[in-house]
Amino acid sequence: MTAHTPTGDNTLLGETISMRKIGRLERFLGPENYRIVTGMFKTPAAILGFSLIVLFIIVALAAPLLAPPLNPNDPYKIPRDGFKADPQPMMSPWNRNVPPLPSWWKSIMKTDEWVHILGTSQGQYDVYYGVIWGTRTAFKTGMIVVISTFLIGIVVGSVSAYYGGMVDNIIMRIVDIFLTLPFILAALIMAAVLTPKIGRSLVPSILALITFGWMGYARIIRGDILSTKERDYVMAARVIGVKDSRILFRHILPNAIFPTMVLASLAIGDVVLSFAALSFLGIGTEIGYADWGQVLSFARNWIISLNQYWYIVVWPGLTLVMFVMGWNLLGDALRDVLDPRMRGKT
Amino acid sequence: MVNYIIRRLLLVPVLLFGVTILIFGMLQFLTPVERSALYVRDIPKTERQIDGIILKYGLDKPIYVQYWRWLTGAIDPVNGERVGGIVFGDFGWSRTGSQPVSALISARFPNTLDLTLWAVGPVILVGIWLGIQAAVHHNGFIDQAGRIFSIVGTSFPTFVFGLLMLMIFYANLQWFPPGRLSTPMQAVVSAESFKSYTSLLTVDSLLNGRFDVFIDALKHMILPILTLSYLSWATFLRVTRSSMLETLRQEYVTTARAKGLPERDVIFKHARPNAMISVVTLAGFTVVGLMGGVVITETVFDYPGIGKAAAEAASQLDVVTVLGFALFNGFILIVANVVVDILYAVVDPRVRLS
Repeated sequence: MTAHTPTGDNTLLGETISMRKIGRLERFLGPENYRIVTGMFKTPAAILGFSLIVLFIIVALAAPLLAPPLNPNDPYKIPRDGFKADPQPMMSPWNRNVPPLPSWWKSIMKTDEWVHILGTSQGQYDVYYGVIWGTRTAFKTGMIVVISTFLIGIVVGSVSAYYGGMVDNIIMRIVDIFLTLPFILAALIMAAVLTPKIGRSLVPSILALITFGWMGYARIIRGDILSTKERDYVMAARVIGVKDSRILFRHILPNAIFPTMVLASLAIGDVVLSFAALSFLGIGTEIGYADWGQVLSFARNWIISLNQYWYIVVWPGLTLVMFVMGWNLLGDALRDVLDPRMRGKT
Repeated sequence: MVNYIIRRLLLVPVLLFGVTILIFGMLQFLTPVERSALYVRDIPKTERQIDGIILKYGLDKPIYVQYWRWLTGAIDPVNGERVGGIVFGDFGWSRTGSQPVSALISARFPNTLDLTLWAVGPVILVGIWLGIQAAVHHNGFIDQAGRIFSIVGTSFPTFVFGLLMLMIFYANLQWFPPGRLSTPMQAVVSAESFKSYTSLLTVDSLLNGRFDVFIDALKHMILPILTLSYLSWATFLRVTRSSMLETLRQEYVTTARAKGLPERDVIFKHARPNAMISVVTLAGFTVVGLMGGVVITETVFDYPGIGKAAAEAASQLDVVTVLGFALFNGFILIVANVVVDILYAVVDPRVRLS
């Protein structure tokens, strides 16, 4: 036997360790996290979910092409075709406040006339425009809320888990208190309290959803850190006298954070749903802002004639359902991968 | 066991205190003038009156003084009457309801209770049944269908589902109208001869022998019940299914099969009781959670319960009213959660021993 220099290949161990290639992504994420990512894209349902999300991303990016705004500086304002109350049917011609014609329209429809593709809702707000630009609103609010709640949860959860004892006890009781009120009621109150201060916009609802949305992440990351902090390398760091904050943020967090991070990014669907619920209840953006909850809330006054005006519920409703479902399908696959009972089975 | 219950009960005052702090904190976003609705009916117009109110109720005092006054109320120096004080159930004056918040709650809460009580049965029974079927036919057709149902179910926002239900069953078919009662029945209920025993309309109508009112009330409640239920069905299905699958893998189930028991007995006598333990907690929390779910459902179906009142007050920025509802809800939920936890410990010895 010759002495070897480490080459990185497992030739000698070939009998016990499989010889599979380790890709760049796997090396970057580490084996556990890599298993999570690949495991998520194994089922057709997850792939369907992923495609739905990609579709929505494309719609959001292409919004100015799909529905050119009347005023490019204020694209989130849904253009109104007059002020009549009754909804107008799908494909009815656009008379007043006509936005620029999208470039693809003429080649497909052979006409210069822009129409209300999905009809108009109460007050002549164009449903199609609301749906398209609402996609951007959805991503915007979803991402802001998810990132903020995630960061708050990480800080609170890791401090709680790392210091343990009294600190942990107090922080976890605070979490309990925030969890006492039903989420949607709590967010509703917070938004109602903030609206007079800030004015009607996206901000009160976003702040409300953040205020009552971080507790779940705090709990999850706390659990993950509690198990990570018992690892040998943490002990080693402590022995050589590394500062608490450095151990926490450099050694423990990076090793514990990944599952929570994926979970959080998939929560965008839920956040958008809650945001739409608040808008639907009449809290949040000013009337005529392109957001799905508000477009749906226009239907509240037409319940008795929904057999005639079905399109003011079905189209925005379907959009919202598809959006949330895309995230849920991915999230469902993730739950299967993260379930400890499934570990090692993928 | 006793130890566990005591520890759990000790947590109640802490949570109650925390919730009051949380809500009091949110009240601080209001101006002193807006906060005066905690103590008076009309928010005064002139500047002098406003200053008088602020002085009288100490709305400019340090925050702990204000908090104490908010908890226990203020004694009017002139006639010696107590004003405000949430521990006495006085949550202030509701601008949108034009009555005290507590009166608004006691007028609306029976309707909500009526609705949730009717929803509990279908939610739990159907949810568990679906879950057991899915587990028994693991990976079969029912399991796959259940899985699709639970994903679609959790993706359907309650208000979209509710609007679609109204579109189909009200606008198109004219079967189930929104609201609480139809107009002729409303007249029956508000008449002298109709006695209110429990404030729960469905119960009262039966006690009064008015079967037509009962049917009418139920007709108005079917769609809200369905809307409240379908989301919980999805959750129940999931939990029951995984808990049942877990149990079916246990050795005692194999033993039961090996000694030749019919599959029916294996599932319903041996596996199901043990699989139900985790479902029991979920059931408790679902009953509690239904109370939160009513906000949107009641608004969509125009059902006059506390959820709709809270949503209306919030959309008109009547914060004092909404916070009153939140306090009321918070108190109920804290107590209900403790009851559920203790029941859980009674059912499952593993909890109280850990």
